[in-house]
Amino acid sequence: MDKRMSVRACAARARLIFLSIALCTSLMLVRPAFGGLGDDASSVQVDQLHFRGSLRTTHSDGYTVHEIESGNGIIVREYVSPSGKVFAVAWQGPWLPDMRQLLSTYFQQYQQAQQQQMNSHTGRKPLAIRQPGLVLQSGGHMRAFKGRAYIPDLLPAGVTPEEIQ
Amino acid sequence: MTRRSTLTSGLICAAVLAISSCGGRSSNTNSQTPTTPTGPNVQAITVNSGPAGNYANGAFTSVTVCVPGTSTCQTIDGVLVDTGSSGLRILSSVLTLSLPQQNASDGNPVVECLPFITSYTWGPVQTADIEIADEKASSTPVQVLSDTDFTAPSSCTSNGSSSDTLANLGANGLLGVSQFAQDCGPGCVQADNPPGSSPPNVYYECPSSTGTCQSIWQALSQQLQNPVTLFASDNNGVIIELPAATSPEATLSGSLVFGIGTQANNGLNGATVYTTDANGDFTTSYNNNSYSQSFIDSGSNGIYFLTESQTGIPTCPDMPDFYCPSGTENLTATNQGTNGASGGVSFSVANADDLPDDAVLGQLAGPNTLSGFDWGLSFFYGRNLYTAIEGASTPGGTGPYWAY
Repeated sequence: MDKRMSVRACAARARLIFLSIALCTSLMLVRPAFGGLGDDASSVQVDQLHFRGSLRTTHSDGYTVHEIESGNGIIVREYVSPSGKVFAVAWQGPWLPDMRQLLSTYFQQYQQAQQQQMNSHTGRKPLAIRQPGLVLQSGGHMRAFKGRAYIPDLLPAGVTPEEIQ
Repeated sequence: MTRRSTLTSGLICAAVLAISSCGGRSSNTNSQTPTTPTGPNVQAITVNSGPAGNYANGAFTSVTVCVPGTSTCQTIDGVLVDTGSSGLRILSSVLTLSLPQQNASDGNPVVECLPFITSYTWGPVQTADIEIADEKASSTPVQVLSDTDFTAPSSCTSNGSSSDTLANLGANGLLGVSQFAQDCGPGCVQADNPPGSSPPNVYYECPSSTGTCQSIWQALSQQLQNPVTLFASDNNGVIIELPAATSPEATLSGSLVFGIGTQANNGLNGATVYTTDANGDFTTSYNNNSYSQSFIDSGSNGIYFLTESQTGIPTCPDMPDFYCPSGTENLTATNQGTNGASGGVSFSVANADDLPDDAVLGQLAGPNTLSGFDWGLSFFYGRNLYTAIEGASTPGGTGPYWAY
């Protein structure tokens, strides 16, 4: 193969790779490979793999809690309703968990709320989102973070937000 | 709520804050007026709206950084004094010096991702001599905040939005002088973690500016350092001294004093020592309940505590992150250290919608749903607030502790 050919082949390969990436990205946008908030209970296993943690499941009145503890001290709890939906998540630890994974399709709202807080004329403070479709609170400081998020419409009957910790 | 309505409400908030006004009332009723200290360990600080012109309750100072071992230096102003983080972080956009890059053992550049609640910082770790007042920390790892020098990996951007620009950070840099000697600490040191565990997503090595960065373990000495620990003397902690702010003001002048009990100007003078736990927290009691994850943080810009239902104070209709009582609420709480020392605190909560567009707002407060009390900069007004560094010996005992 002469040099020109190899350049052309390389360009073609690059196009193919680019198209593959674009296709994969668009597929991911249609059906994210994420578990977490708002997803089915089966996504807890995906999250466990992602967070590389040990899983402990406990049953409470009206819901099931899946607790994933990773080696670096981050604890994530996913609250699953009787209908099989992750209606709430909570986290604590020296760092934030992978919020994109944990909040799934709600991650963008989290990101926007942070940006909005920085755009306003104020500095650092706890983060609060209170929207009809999402309630999120995040607080703490370097080496000690804590937060929770839930979907009000998915809260099982009789379950109060205070139980999500 | 849609993105548009979120943005709209944000604009309304800003507008409401900008056009409203009200008379001021006392914030910290048990405050005292400090006298201005002088000496080689004293750095002037100012609470103002900062270099972006939109900061409320932020204390700013200037810091000189130098190429290590040379007199090639740059003084950077508008740096936020932050007792809630450790290490010096400077916006790449204001840094004109070329500082040496820290490299991992394989020669690749080390880049850091540090999460905060409302953002994360991303950028390379470089080495500088840091000069503040007459103190100097030589060859100190610092973070240069930049979204473009290296492409942040997904495991970093998953923290949310970056604060690597002046518009987002509201400051030209952060001077982290917390109780911790490093930012990550043992959590980033392989020997201090269980076998087989992965490094946290804090320190990375990046093969090139666009290559895929991998998280790495980072020895304590290679991490960002609280620069005070590297001073030749006055290295066991800091005091932030600010006068009382009984009404909203445009500016407030005070001092950042280095060392505790190391000079004639930095003795404890009878301040109560409140020791903290491994996370850097103590307990605040309010209304007969105690909250063990409470903390003091000059980098927080108000007093954030509990919830609407716990306090009976409504949040603002358009801003769930601030309280909006119908009239100013005068409240009391009790802080308690892990050493058992305790003391009462009086503070006031004004209607955030009624506060003027000033930088010094002693009565700005909001909820902090899960972590008890976050005593931000307004708690510092009218106090000499001591932060003792972990493991450092002081006349008040070994750090970490707060005293006031």
